[in-house]
Parts: sequence; C-alpha cells; structure tokens
Amino acid sequence: MIGKTSFLYKYRPELSMLFWEVFRRNMIVFNKYWFSNIMFNFLEPLLYLLALGIGLGLYIPEIEGLSYLEFISPGILASSAMWATSFECTYNSFIRLQVQKTYHAIVSTPVSLDEIVMGDIAFGAFKSMFYGSIFLVVLFFLGYISSPLALLVPVVLILSGVVFAQLSMIWTSVAPNMELFSYYFTLFITPMFLFSGIFFPIENMPIFVQRLAWFTPLFHSVQICRGLITGQFDPLLWANLLVLILFAAILFFPPLILMRRRLIK
Amino acid sequence: MAGKMFNREVICARGLRKKYGDKEVVRGINLSVSKGECFGILGPNGAGKTTIVKMIFGLSPPTSGTLLVLGMNVNGNQREIKKHLGVVSQEDHLDSDLNVGENLEVFARYYGMRPAESRPYVKQLLELMGLSDRYRSKIHELSGGMRRRLSIARSLINNPDLLILDEPTTGLDPHARRLVWQMLRSIKEKQITMLLTTHYLEEASILCDRLVIMDDGIILDEGNPRFLVKKHAGEEVLELGLREKPEFWQNEISARFGDMQKGSLLLGDSLYFYLNGDGKVLLNEINSLATPVSYHLLRPSNLEDVFLKLTGKKLETES
Ligand SMILES: Nc1ncnc2c1ncn2[C@@H]1O[C@H](COP(=O)(O)OP(=O)(O)O)[C@@H](O)[C@H]1O
Ligand SMILES: [Mg+2]
Repeated sequence: MIGKTSFLYKYRPELSMLFWEVFRRNMIVFNKYWFSNIMFNFLEPLLYLLALGIGLGLYIPEIEGLSYLEFISPGILASSAMWATSFECTYNSFIRLQVQKTYHAIVSTPVSLDEIVMGDIAFGAFKSMFYGSIFLVVLFFLGYISSPLALLVPVVLILSGVVFAQLSMIWTSVAPNMELFSYYFTLFITPMFLFSGIFFPIENMPIFVQRLAWFTPLFHSVQICRGLITGQFDPLLWANLLVLILFAAILFFPPLILMRRRLIK
Repeated sequence: MAGKMFNREVICARGLRKKYGDKEVVRGINLSVSKGECFGILGPNGAGKTTIVKMIFGLSPPTSGTLLVLGMNVNGNQREIKKHLGVVSQEDHLDSDLNVGENLEVFARYYGMRPAESRPYVKQLLELMGLSDRYRSKIHELSGGMRRRLSIARSLINNPDLLILDEPTTGLDPHARRLVWQMLRSIKEKQITMLLTTHYLEEASILCDRLVIMDDGIILDEGNPRFLVKKHAGEEVLELGLREKPEFWQNEISARFGDMQKGSLLLGDSLYFYLNGDGKVLLNEINSLATPVSYHLLRPSNLEDVFLKLTGKKLETES
C-alpha cells in the first residue's frame, strides 16, 4: 500500500486513451499547415544530401562498400526525422504550454496533464515518421533503396521519434523561456547530428566518442535505418533496437513528472 | 459514482488553506455553494480568488483543509469532478490554432463526445452566445468580448453541473461587459450552479444570489448582496469632504448623532456616514454646526461601501 502523501502516490501516472484526443487536436492543426512546413522539414535534408553526397562524394570513393551518397542518405533521413520531432516538442509544445495556454485549457477538462504530454509525444513521433517517410519515398525514386526491409523504416522512426519527443518535452517542461531552446539544439541536437555516424563511420573516431555515441538515440536510429535501407543486415542492429526501446522506457516518466512540477503549483 | 451522491451542496470548503512557499494566500476559508445558485467571490486583485478556482479544478492542490466539489474530494477525484465542470479562466485560453467551431468541437472530444454528437449542441451554444455567424472565424478575428463569449460557450459544451467564471468581464469595455452579463443571466435561468469571482461590484450585485467578500485570503462576510449592504452600510451614505481636522469632526458628529448612523469611516479627507435614518436631517444638523465641508454627497449605499467599511480600502482598481 502506498501512502497518500508519498512521492509515488503524488506522481502516479494518470493515463487513459484520452491522450489520443490531444494527438488528434494536433493533427487537426497539422492538416492545415503540413504543406507549408514541407520546405523546412524536407527540402533542407534534401539539400544536405545533394550538396554532401554529390559534392563531397566526388572525393570519397566508397565507405563500407557503399557510394558516399548511399552511405549518408539513411542517416540524413533519420536525422531529418529527429529535427522535425525536436522542433515540434520544443518550440511548438512550448508555445502551446506557455504562450497560448492550450495546456491550461485542456487540464480543466477530464484530460489529465499526463495525457496532454503523452499526446504531444505521440504527435512528435508521428512527425518523425511522416517527414522521414516522405524522405524515404524520395530515396526510392532516386534509386537508393536496395532492400524491401526499408519498409520497416517508418516503424523505427516512430520509436526513435518517441525518444526524441521525450527528450524535447523534458527540456520544454523546465525551460523558463523560448531563448533557452537554442541551447538544446546547440549543445545536444547538433552534436548528435554531426557525431552519430551519418557523415562518416564512427569506428575511426577516438574510442570515447564511440562509447558516447552508444548513449545517443540518433546513433542507433541511423544504424538501423542504414541496415534496413541498404540491406546490409548486421545482427548487432538488434542491440541498437534494444537500446532505443530502453531509452523510451527510461524516459517514460520524467517528462510527465517534470511537467506536473511546472504546471501544478 | 460519488458524483451523483452529493445532496445539494455543490462546493463545500472547510478550513481551506493554500501556501505558495512561505506565503499563505488562502488562509482558512469556509464556503458552501448550493445547487442552482450563483455564488460570488468578491475581492480585489490578489485576494486569492483565482487560487480558489485553481484548487477546484486541480491546478493547485490545497495545502490543508477539505474541499469537496459535487460531493467529491478534490484530492484524488480530479477526473470525475472535471467531467461535470465548466471553467472560464481569467485569461482567455482559447485555442488560437483552431477556428471558432473547431474550438468547441475539439473541446467536446476532451469530454468523450464525437463531433456528430456535439455539432448540434455547438450550433446551439454559438447561438446562445450571439456567435452564430462566426462558426468559421479565426480566433484572432474576434473582439475581446466575442472571445469571452466563446470561452463561456466552450465551458458549457459538457452541460456542466458547476460553471466557474473567473473574472468573466475583466478587461472588457462597458458595452461588451453588459452583453456578457446579459448572457450570463440567460445561463442563470437554466439553473446551472455558478461560481463567479469578480472585483466589480455592479457585476456581483447584478448576478450573484449570494456572495462572500474576500480580502487577503480571508472571507470577511457572507450573504445576499442586498442584505450585506443593509447590514454594513444601511440604506444611504452621506459622504463629506472636510477642509480641516477630519478626525475631530468624525468624533464630534458621531458623538452627537450616533443614533442616526450605523457607523462612519474616514478615508483621507473624506468622511463616510452609513445611515439608519433620513440623510437630509443629518446633513442639516451638520451644516448647523458650521462644519468645514467642501462637498457633500447623499446616495444609496452599495457593495463598495460594504467593502470599504470591512477593509478600509477601495475595491475597484480599474474602470
Ligand atoms: N504560482 C504562484 N506562486 C506564488 N504566488 C502566487 C502564485 N499564484 C498566485 N500567487 C499569489 O497569490 C495571491 C493571490 O493570487 P490570486 O489567487 O491570483 O488572486 P486574485 O485572483 O484574487 O487576484 C497573490 O498575492 C499572488 O501574487
Ligand atoms: Mg484572479
């Protein structure tokens, strides 16, 4: 029996399927604006792919048996999904929380704060899947998909999307103002983007960078996406998948608890 | 469920307290709101009105004391309570990513209502609030008064047993305010229990069946507005501006004509007498004493006088 004053009782999760209604609310808004957001979420990674893949690719014969463009495209796909989710669950969630007070309005209904946070996380994961999958289709037409296993990429993007959404929501729930989000991107998202084996294999990096990479979710999602898209399936990918699942499990409670601490005074 | 078991007491607070850090902002209040009444909390900014509202819908757990809403303790029954609640918060919390109709339909979903179920009701509520032709408008296209009326419409979407209105007309111009009052009166006719906080006396007198006067986290008195006015400020107030020695004249007049008044209050150079008897008689008597009066005003007593008398300060801080 847990006492009514204990920490565990105070933060017991209040979750039901009502979180889908928050997800659905975000989808209604998404349906109005997704096309105008394509530019940002899709053209930018495409430019990276073309500039680096074709430009830099001329000087790099091949990596791990792949042309440079083939090597970097799955990583750029995985990272574009990360960027989409991270922007959604930082800036956009913060606007709903702090500027528009959408969260305040919803907590006066039967929907709990936990469900609001879960709804936003689910929506962040959706965006990861959506923008990543558009990129996947483009890669298909460019002829860079060598395996039907690539059809599993959206599933991986949902899982990695959940993790990035959880991390972003943690930051959102403690950030006093919007300026602080640039720290999140500069200190966390950008380094991950650069050192997660997207542009070069991390095997050649100092050993501590290689160790560190295992503690970042992007590294694992890049590895899995590359394996599925190129068809070079390495059993080690199961370990990558397991780590992502572990991340999602460990990060399940912190955003819920931190958001309660912020809003319920 | 517990929700249906409450008898007639919709809100019951006993010894309710709220501390933010070391600062206690609600300091042991008792409240009892009955089914069907419009109950007011009248108090200046910072009195603790919003804090009480937040305790009711779970944004702020009480520090101590008990708070029952619809017969359920707010600790541990939040979801069940909120199914039966409508809340209009002090600032508009409308969803500006959605248009007018979507605001209501999406809100209905939070109560588990499908759009097919809620749509006829949405139309009806927009009509009630005079917003029928605004179904597709964006939120930023609405005036302040319309936004407030939309917030009220949205709070009624679940057909609540208790409607909470936190300063529903603060920040509105007089015309928009009157329109909101008119609409709140039509809601009142539907016998929905209302809890209304305000710092406008006129609002409280027009809408509330019963109210508490609150200042600094404490309830000073409670009752029907007219009863409270009569009790504390009598029928009429004589307001005198004094050119010199206001304390002396307060004592002098009170000593001589104590039986004609219920009490007096000095605020700067202004002296207020709350009258039992005929104000004109007292005024004549005062003039015959050669009191140094710069102006005088004889008028019916109102809630402002009650507040002034109970706290020694004026209530309204903005027009
Ligand atoms: N989250 C908070 N933390 C600290 N103090 C607060 C908080 N919310 C309100 N207060 C303080 O509590 C007092 C009562 O506030 P409030 O209930 O908003 O008053 P009202 O609604 O009557 O104007 C004020 O002094 C206010 O500054
Ligand atoms: Mg307030």
